[in-house]
Amino acid sequence: MPNTQQLEDFVTQVRRDIIRQVHKVNSGHPGGSLGCAEFFVSLYQEIMDRNDGFDMDGRGEDLFFLSNGHISPVYYSVLARSGYFPVEELNTFRLINSRLQGHPTTHEGLPGIRIASGSLGQGMSVAIGSALSKKLNGEDHLVYSLHGDGELQEGQIWEAAMYAAGKKVDNLISTIDYNGQQIDGSTDDVLPMGDLKAKFEAFGWDVLEIKEGNSIPAVVAGLKEAKSRTGKGKPVCVLLHTVMGNGIDFMMHTHAWHGKAPNDEQLAIGLAQNLETLGDY
Amino acid sequence: MKTYTYTEKKDTRSGFGAGLAELGKTNENVVALCADLIGSLKMDEFIKNNPERFFQIGIAEANMMGIAAGLTIGGKIPFTGTFANFSTGRVYDQIRQSIAYSNKNVKICASHAGLTLGEDGATHQILEDIGLMKMLPGMTVINPCDYNQTKAATIAIAEFEGPVYLRFGRPSVPIFTPDDQKFEIGKAVQLQEGADVTIIATGHLVWESLLAAETLYAQGISADVINIHTIKPLDDEAILKSVRKTGCVVTAEEHNVLGGLGESVARVLGQQHPTPQEFVGTNDTFGESGTPAQLMEKYGLNADAVVKAVQKVIKRK
Repeated sequence: MPNTQQLEDFVTQVRRDIIRQVHKVNSGHPGGSLGCAEFFVSLYQEIMDRNDGFDMDGRGEDLFFLSNGHISPVYYSVLARSGYFPVEELNTFRLINSRLQGHPTTHEGLPGIRIASGSLGQGMSVAIGSALSKKLNGEDHLVYSLHGDGELQEGQIWEAAMYAAGKKVDNLISTIDYNGQQIDGSTDDVLPMGDLKAKFEAFGWDVLEIKEGNSIPAVVAGLKEAKSRTGKGKPVCVLLHTVMGNGIDFMMHTHAWHGKAPNDEQLAIGLAQNLETLGDY
Repeated sequence: MKTYTYTEKKDTRSGFGAGLAELGKTNENVVALCADLIGSLKMDEFIKNNPERFFQIGIAEANMMGIAAGLTIGGKIPFTGTFANFSTGRVYDQIRQSIAYSNKNVKICASHAGLTLGEDGATHQILEDIGLMKMLPGMTVINPCDYNQTKAATIAIAEFEGPVYLRFGRPSVPIFTPDDQKFEIGKAVQLQEGADVTIIATGHLVWESLLAAETLYAQGISADVINIHTIKPLDDEAILKSVRKTGCVVTAEEHNVLGGLGESVARVLGQQHPTPQEFVGTNDTFGESGTPAQLMEKYGLNADAVVKAVQKVIKRK
């Protein structure tokens, strides 16, 4: 198992990968990607029990589904650096004929991806189906999903939340990236969602909060705690408090970088704040 | 001319239920999902025999499509069941992204398609579902004509790898295809041999087309009657072979003429063998309440309508 410093170094490299990907094609979503870097690194490097290689059925291992597919830059970086495909392929992000589509998809056969996402609100249902498949196959492995907080405005999420609790899908851990931002502004300005913890609890989920979602020790501890709560008759919800744009000072605490790429100068500043650790692609 | 008779009428949805029950015995990977319409979809027997492989989703069709997509990961073959309207239009984006684009092996099984749903009226009578589904890349679209064929199709799609839309209906209709038929996806079935006109029909309009062919025969017009149970992929060769012989075509379907089987046939003919064509279908309209027979007559979807269309198209040769 990697130690905290190794995981933090991994995160620093992922931040570089994120802004370099979106800078090259002048498009993509760096804000949410940066906010979730610690989550992805913890999940893939520490938390999930993963098989070597990739097959679509994913039997005998934990599985992850990204529901808010627009944060593909962080997903691609962590998948590549976890061995699913060559790191150099990050150079092809959003380019024509690439497997690294703007939003993740199975369509081009990119290892590590099991469902297309991008149109929001669908991933929790898919994760539930996968969790049910594991139960039918007699497996005790877990299924993880990640959702944006703004994504919770989609109705299908609440259909899925009702089902998972009502039918005791207790091998599922759904994490909410709770950064309070969406494209048009803060979630409170766009559509206030009230008390999310109370909402998920009212739906019948076991909810835990990770207050420092951009701290590796906090995220690892929180996800381990979430794992310990599975298998007890309730799906588990993690409210992951993050800062959009985390790790690059001028991108933090604003929705401005939700879907905007840095220019040359901004890229240089961002890279200077995150020095190379694992080697650039 | 072949004679088609029947001794029994049954609903095609019961053919689905029987096929699903059979799959419950023969294929352990088949699972079923339903959005609060078990009785309407005739899923009871599968559920009774395989309770652990059935998922009652509740009235949440979007969630059902997503769960079905997820179930394929791990090797399950999910069959979703609800009305055609709630199987397509209501959940189009879920099907598009989580099933079709993701190439998931989900079988979307849709009952109460078209006007013959009857008294519930237009909110439930979808006449656009074939169009919606055939436009999705990678989606196979099947609309069988009677109980036996629906049962055979249900069993056949479990063996086929990829997303399928299986469309069937509510009313009892004559059972005239063999109970031991082998269902070949994408393969047209020639029901009558004729020289003067090609009638290409799908679903409930196949029987009506056979009745029309009898009437036409008495008038000295012999018709090729082709059952297109698979609208996508379309059996281009069977259509072209017939039309090269007859020189004109009538298409018949319980669906809007915009986006249906007729337009798929017109595309093939326009590219490869331009031919006079008439369309039996609804004409860019919603349905309404009424008995199935009343509705099929009012909206021009019965044997009479096929006869009239043939008489018209033959003059255009």
